[in-house]
Amino acid sequence: MSTVVEILTQIRPEFDFSQSSDFFEDGMLDSFDLVTLVSELDKAYGISIDGLQIVPENFQNVAAIEALLSRNGVVP
Amino acid sequence: MRLSFRDKAISGLLTVVPANERKFVDEMANFNFSQARSLKLKQVMGYDRHRIVAGPVCASDLAVAGIEHLLAGGHLVRDDIDALIVVTQSPDYLMPATSHVVQGRLGLHADMICLDINQGCAGFIVGLMQGFMLLDQPAVAKVVLVNVDVLSRKVSPRDRNSYPLIGDAASITVLERREDAGVIEAELKMDGTRRETLMIPAGGFRRPSDAETAAMIEDAEGNVRSLDHLKMDGSAVFNFVMTEVPELIGGLLARTGTTVDEVDAFLCHQPNRFMLQKLADKLAVPHEKMPSNVVENFGNSSGVTIPLVTTFNLADALLAGSRKVCLAGFGVGLTWGAMLMRLGPLRFCEMIEYREDV
Repeated sequence: MSTVVEILTQIRPEFDFSQSSDFFEDGMLDSFDLVTLVSELDKAYGISIDGLQIVPENFQNVAAIEALLSRNGVVP
Repeated sequence: MRLSFRDKAISGLLTVVPANERKFVDEMANFNFSQARSLKLKQVMGYDRHRIVAGPVCASDLAVAGIEHLLAGGHLVRDDIDALIVVTQSPDYLMPATSHVVQGRLGLHADMICLDINQGCAGFIVGLMQGFMLLDQPAVAKVVLVNVDVLSRKVSPRDRNSYPLIGDAASITVLERREDAGVIEAELKMDGTRRETLMIPAGGFRRPSDAETAAMIEDAEGNVRSLDHLKMDGSAVFNFVMTEVPELIGGLLARTGTTVDEVDAFLCHQPNRFMLQKLADKLAVPHEKMPSNVVENFGNSSGVTIPLVTTFNLADALLAGSRKVCLAGFGVGLTWGAMLMRLGPLRFCEMIEYREDV
């Protein structure tokens, strides 16, 4: 399991995040989960995701999150 | 808009918080969350405990208690007050103004100015601006600025967006002319096109309260509130803060040739810990220079949070000496403003509790 999926599963253990292409559309994450997710990613990768990058498009699936992490200079 | 104020100063700060403290862990069951998710949010956002009024306490009650404390302690003399500004969004009445209510309850003289300002989280900056402008009048030597809100009474206890972080409080700030105070530089912006980002939809003349506006409705995120309650678009507020506030503070620092290192403290409005830490990171301000511990200890009391973060974290330092501070408020309107000043030494800088059972 990738680190990103592991973090997502810790936040909402009831869902299988590897199977969805849009976590928000599928009701797996809401805005409060997004805040928790950003905080966990910041901690796990030692970064601070810019506030303006905290929009649903950057967190809607595993690929989008991994692309965002790459843009922040870390290897997901 | 760029503003400058010369030879004006804050000479003292008092904050008043209700003695009634509520804990987030005791309120979690009200929200549509699992316990595990609530506890995670507690950690990230800083939800822990908040001070809210228990009974029908009004804005003027907290304001009068604070000013009476200063009168009793000799920090204020009744006849010296030339202007009383009350900044609130939770007035005692639609009319008359809460500043008149406070003036009347305290028995202040009539040769003075009473003024209400309807502002929220940027209300300390707007209130200071108004107070400093009044001090340009030779007849005005002392302004008492009151920021006060009891908005917990307008937030649904089942609204997880707002209720865990709401706080009630008042602050009394005394403003005076001081010859050696130097220049206070400020920036203030307002955008009424985004007025619905934070609002109480009913209860004014546009939509008077009635049985329909009191009906509790669940939204898509599971918050349950009525049109009589405060409604906050959390995502829009976050985006607003991340877009406008760094530019505001960065612009003020650049315009005045000030570096982050030269500022001792960034005393910002306190929406929640997460947002403040993101703001600090964006401005490259070390977290310890931008305290974010008000929400977890007292809740977000809109325009009172800048005085509250100051009296809670810097009282001893500001009684003993001065600090270069950058104040920033942002919220309803939308309104956002910042001020750069040397603050202190203050004649008083303290926090007291308001007890409802006395």
